Order: sequence, then C-alpha cells, then structure tokens
Amino acid sequence: MAEVVTMPKLGFDMAEGTLVRWVVQEGENVAKGAVLAEIETDKATVEVESTFDGVVTRHLVPEGEVVPVNSPIAVVAAPGEDVDYQALLGESAPTTAPAKTEAAEVKAPEPAEAAQTKAPQREAEQETQAPGIVKASPLARRLAQDARVNLSAVKGSGPDGRITKKDIEAYLKSGAPTPSAPAAAPVVSAPAAPVSELPLPTAPVGPARESETIPLNRLRAAIGRRMVEAKQQVPHFYLTHEYDMGRLLELRQQVNALLPEDQKTSVNDYILKATALALREFPNLNASLAGDQIIRHGQINIGVAVAVEGGLLTVVCRDADRKLVRQISAEVKTMSGRAREGKVRPDDIEGSTFSISNLGMFDIEHFIAIINPPEAAILALGSARQVPVVKDGQVVPGWRMKATLSVDHRVSDGAEGARFLQALAKYIEEPLRLML
Amino acid sequence: MARITMREAISQAIWEEMERDPNVFILGEEVGVWGGTYAVTKGFYDHFGPERVRDTPISEAAIIGAAIGAALSGLRPIAELMTINFAFSAMDHIVNEAAKLHYMFNGQFVIPMVIRVVSGGGRQLGATHSQTPDAVFAHFPGLKVVAPGTPEDAKGLLKTAIRSNDPIMFIEHATLYQVRGEVPEGDYTVPIGVSKIQRPGRDVTIVTYSKMLEISTKAADQLSQEGIEAEIVDLRSLRPLDMGPILESFKKTNRAVIVEEGWRSYGVGSEVAARVYEEAFDYVDAPIQRVAQKEVPLPYNRTLEQMALPQVDDVIRAVKEVL
Repeated sequence: MAEVVTMPKLGFDMAEGTLVRWVVQEGENVAKGAVLAEIETDKATVEVESTFDGVVTRHLVPEGEVVPVNSPIAVVAAPGEDVDYQALLGESAPTTAPAKTEAAEVKAPEPAEAAQTKAPQREAEQETQAPGIVKASPLARRLAQDARVNLSAVKGSGPDGRITKKDIEAYLKSGAPTPSAPAAAPVVSAPAAPVSELPLPTAPVGPARESETIPLNRLRAAIGRRMVEAKQQVPHFYLTHEYDMGRLLELRQQVNALLPEDQKTSVNDYILKATALALREFPNLNASLAGDQIIRHGQINIGVAVAVEGGLLTVVCRDADRKLVRQISAEVKTMSGRAREGKVRPDDIEGSTFSISNLGMFDIEHFIAIINPPEAAILALGSARQVPVVKDGQVVPGWRMKATLSVDHRVSDGAEGARFLQALAKYIEEPLRLML
Repeated sequence: MARITMREAISQAIWEEMERDPNVFILGEEVGVWGGTYAVTKGFYDHFGPERVRDTPISEAAIIGAAIGAALSGLRPIAELMTINFAFSAMDHIVNEAAKLHYMFNGQFVIPMVIRVVSGGGRQLGATHSQTPDAVFAHFPGLKVVAPGTPEDAKGLLKTAIRSNDPIMFIEHATLYQVRGEVPEGDYTVPIGVSKIQRPGRDVTIVTYSKMLEISTKAADQLSQEGIEAEIVDLRSLRPLDMGPILESFKKTNRAVIVEEGWRSYGVGSEVAARVYEEAFDYVDAPIQRVAQKEVPLPYNRTLEQMALPQVDDVIRAVKEVL
C-alpha cells in the first residue's frame, strides 16, 4: 500500500521548510526510520526519516523548493506496486512530470540519425526533466561540493540537462553566489626589538581588510526574528545569585576520576540536573504563557544553548530531573555534536520548557540571557572562578559562580525567581543531592 | 630505426630468440616447409631445421598438448594456431592445463610457452574464422594475454613473451601484418602488463588495442581537424591489465571511449569501464562509451562485415557523444 510522506512540522512556529537534498532517490529502497531527505527549517538543517518501509516511487518536490508543513513530499510504496497517484494525492496535490516516460520513448534514435537529431532533442528532454532529481556527473558533484555550489542553481548543458564540469566552471565564472572566503590578509612580521626602540608607525601596517557583505542565512535570520520578538514583547527582569562551587567541583573531579575519557562530565551537566530538580519545586518557572493562560509543563525539558556555525541552537535534554548526571552528560554531548555538524534531528531541538545558556568556558563573570519563547525563564551561567571570599571574618580563597535568571514578568515575579535561585543553591552547594 | 612491417617484426623476434636460446622451437600447422599461413616463419625451416621448426597434424589439441609437455620438460615452445578461432579446439589444454599447472602443482613446474594466434575479422573469412574473442582468454587467471598494435610493440612484447616462464596468448591481428612502423635496432624488449599512451591529447581518452589502435588513430586525426584532441591509451596486454595510464589520462580528460573489435557484452570495454568507475568515480563527467562489434556472428558479405566491425566513424560518433 503506497503511503505519502509529508513535510514534518518541527517547531511551534514552523510553517514551511526547504527541501535541501533527497538522500534516497526515486526507485531506491528505504527502511522505516532511515533518513529520506534533508530539510532546512528556520532553526537548522534536519534529517527527515521515512515513516514507512518500501521503495521511494516519486519525489513530489524538487531539491531547493520551499514546502508548507504537512504537504506531501514523497510517495513510498511496496516494491513493484502500481501506484495510483491520482487517488493517492488527489487533484490539488503537486504532481511531478508525467513526461518522464515519454522522454524515454523518444530517446534512442537509430545511430545514423543520431548526429542530426541530437541537438534539438536534447532541448526537448531538458524541458521534460522530472523535478526532484538534479542530474549531474560525479565530477560535477565533486566540483560543486568543493566550491559549495548548490547544484539546483546550475543549468545543465549535457544530455537530459545533466550538469557537467563545464557548467560548474561557467557558473563559477559568472560570479554566481557562493559562500565567500575572507581574503587572506598579508602577514607582516616585525623584527623583535626592545619596546623603547620600536619607532612609531607613520602609516598603518599592511592594507586594511576589505569590507564584506554577507547575506543572513536562515538560522541567523530566525534568531534575529525571535530575539527581537522576545526582547520587545516579553517583559524581562533579571536576578543574579553567586554560588559556592567548591563542593561541586570536588565532586566532579571524583566522579571523572572513575569515568573513561569520553564519558567525563562537565560542570554544565551538574548545573543542568540541579536546575531541573529546583524547577520541580517551582513549576511556575517551567511554564509557557499562552494567551490568558499559563501552561505549567509536566515534563522538565532543559534546553542547552550550543554555538554552531552561523548561529546558535538549543538542544533539549528531556526529563532532566529524572535522569542521572551521566545520562544527561552523554545526551547533551551527542546532541550538541550533531548540532555542530549540522546533522541535528528534529527531536534534538524541540520541546524545551526552560533553557540554560553557559558562557563559563570563555571566562565570563556573568551575563544576562534573552528568554527563548515560549518559555518563561532562562538561566545564564558565568565562569566558576577562584576569588577571595570572607569566611568567619577571614579572607580565604573560594570557588564562586554567578548565575543570572531572566524571567517573563507576565508569568512570575521577583520573589519567586529569587526563591528559585536559593533553591538552586541547595543542589549546587550540596551536590550529593544530585546523586540521590 | 628501421621501418618494417608487423610481419617482419614478429618474424625477427622469433628468429632472434631462436638464435639466442636453443630451447626455443616452433610447432604448428604449415609453419615449416610452407613458411607459415601468414608467412611469418618463412625461411625458418631451412635455417633452423626440422627439429626446431615442426609441422604438425591438423589438431590444435595435439599442438597445445605437445607444447605444454615440451614446456614442462624444459623447452620453450612457440605454438602457432592458424587462427584464434581454432584455439577453442584446444581450450581444455589452454585453460585447464597451461593456465593452472603452475598453481596446482604448487609452483613445481613452469609453462614457458607462447601460443601465437591470429585474431580479428575484415578478410571475409566467415563467421567461424573471423572472431575476436580476445576477452575470453583474458578471463582466466594464470594466462597472460598480449595483443600489440604496432610493429615496435609486437617485436618487443614477443621477445619478452618467449623469455617469460608463463603461458602467454600472443594475439596478432589478421589485417595488421602489412602495417609498417619504426622499430628500434638491435635487441630490445617491451614489458608485458604495461599500457602506453600512443597519442597525447587533452579532450577525451580513447582506450584501445591491436587493430582498433589503427582505427582509433584515424579517428583521432579527423577529430583533431575539428579541434578535438583525443588521447589514445594502448592496452598492449589484456591480462595483466595496466590501468595506470588510463586513470591518469581519464583524470585529465574526464571522458572516455573504449574501442575494441570484439563484441560489447562482457568485453574489454566492460572491464575497463568498470575499473574506471570504481577507481576514478569522482572524475567521471559523462557516461563512458564503448565502441565494439555488432552483436551478430560476423557476416561473410563484405558490406555487411564492414558494417558489423567498428569503423572510424563509429569512434568519432562515440567521442562526440561523450564530449
């Protein structure tokens, strides 16, 4: 029985997605759960998995096309099945080129005639080429990949519109858009000399870097849109608390001594668990505002901001209050790895109820984060630093970390936020609680 | 450099090797008194005598069987079969014995034997005497298959074959004996299993061998007048097959046409094309074209025979198809 695969809805606000690449071609087998295509949403490039076992009989959209969510994108059928597309897709559904079989029929002329009829015939074939497949020679594919050219933007001049080396070269020569590489600045090495002998330069050393204009990628644009929306519409307030990190760092050291290299835990993993446990006590901060209602989420799903090329993604550790620190650590590591490689999965970035942003690794004392709608709060972590602290009237060294909570004032108030940060101290400063 | 025919080059190679090594001898139908069906061994009988130039009964199985026995006992036979088509009568000896004895007796024996055969069509000899089944013999491990396209290569390769301890099918083309070419003076050899760029070019790689080198060269001359420069790689040996120069050339041109006289299915072109796809996939810019004999028994009628055999125009058309 043939089934229709549709553009999945991967976010609260996702209305459409771009079909970037078909991983499984027409006529190829696909197993349920196998990656069928790559699509780009506002947030990321994600892999779409087939929801059925069978053969991909037809791509309903070509690579590069923007498709509304829930629209059909492909048909998967049993091997050898005769698919009735009309019945399956209905009148309104996008149909592909029925001309494909016709093109095959007019092909293969007698050798003697081939030379004369070739040129016009090629044009005809080009027009009837089925959408969904970009025909390109292996060499052209490699050149396009090296030059970061989107093949669907290149016009093919070969048989059946196949893109060849010549077309890629012509495309590159035409100055068509490719991601620009920064011009290498000449390296000027100055001879080592005592500072006093260094003459004041009379002119700038070396030419200035040339100005560049870089179009916003989808991710950058989406971050901008959401952050403007959050900053303009969500009334933020901010609370900063300083935590004693001594015991937690000690515990982490002890735990890591027992773990193999690839399983070692980070400070972030412990804070994530501590936050999740504290949120259990403060369901109003694990919430979303929806019109005139506040939804207090049952699950505690913590989003962790991950810096990726060209922007920022939030990977989601689900049910973090009910997981071991080691589980949390492994999950976050895996998901953030995928995020950095551009291979993030829909589940990785969807469904967070509270977020943490950590810039501790950059030696940041403290910062304030913008709430990630529709969540009600976000926690910003600075570095754990060794600082002088007063203990029993004495100045002694101690490990401290500042955390700043940003809260949506429509959902909660200062006192609740402050109590939450105090509750968090219980877990951070007595970290054995995290292990119970 | 002397300019001599393919026939003279082959004849010189055998003569010089017989002078050089008393263990080398010839056997075959009409090789002695008559001087060979294609006159390659003319004068040998008078010079080397009946002991070393032996006329045989009309039995290919007997010729190859006797040659294998002689090789096993330390001689270096050169067995001549009038055409490669008759090798089928000796197939069991060639494939099951010559190709395998060294292996099956764990290297205790070697078979220093050359089987000279005449292959190819174009002389109106009919369907059973005009075949080009070179690829059939190249199928078997244990057998080396050599098929030169120039007098220089023919002489050098045949000398290497006679000195080699392996059983070797040495394939001469029926219509190349009159072809002249420059041949180095004195004793020289050409290694077996090394293909060669016979003509440099930048636009397309033509892979070919034997008679089809001549056809491909004519095609390349015509293409050159249109500004298309074909690079021609001559296989020279079908087994071992040397892909080096082919891949090197293909990585430069990204396009290839393989020209062989035998049938297309399961042929030399199939093998070479598959190897290019395997080993240079990322350099492929167009599907590789194969030019080969039409898949029919070769007709006797002259016009039909020429239509079935690959011609210069076929090569030109295939080159334009890949460009």
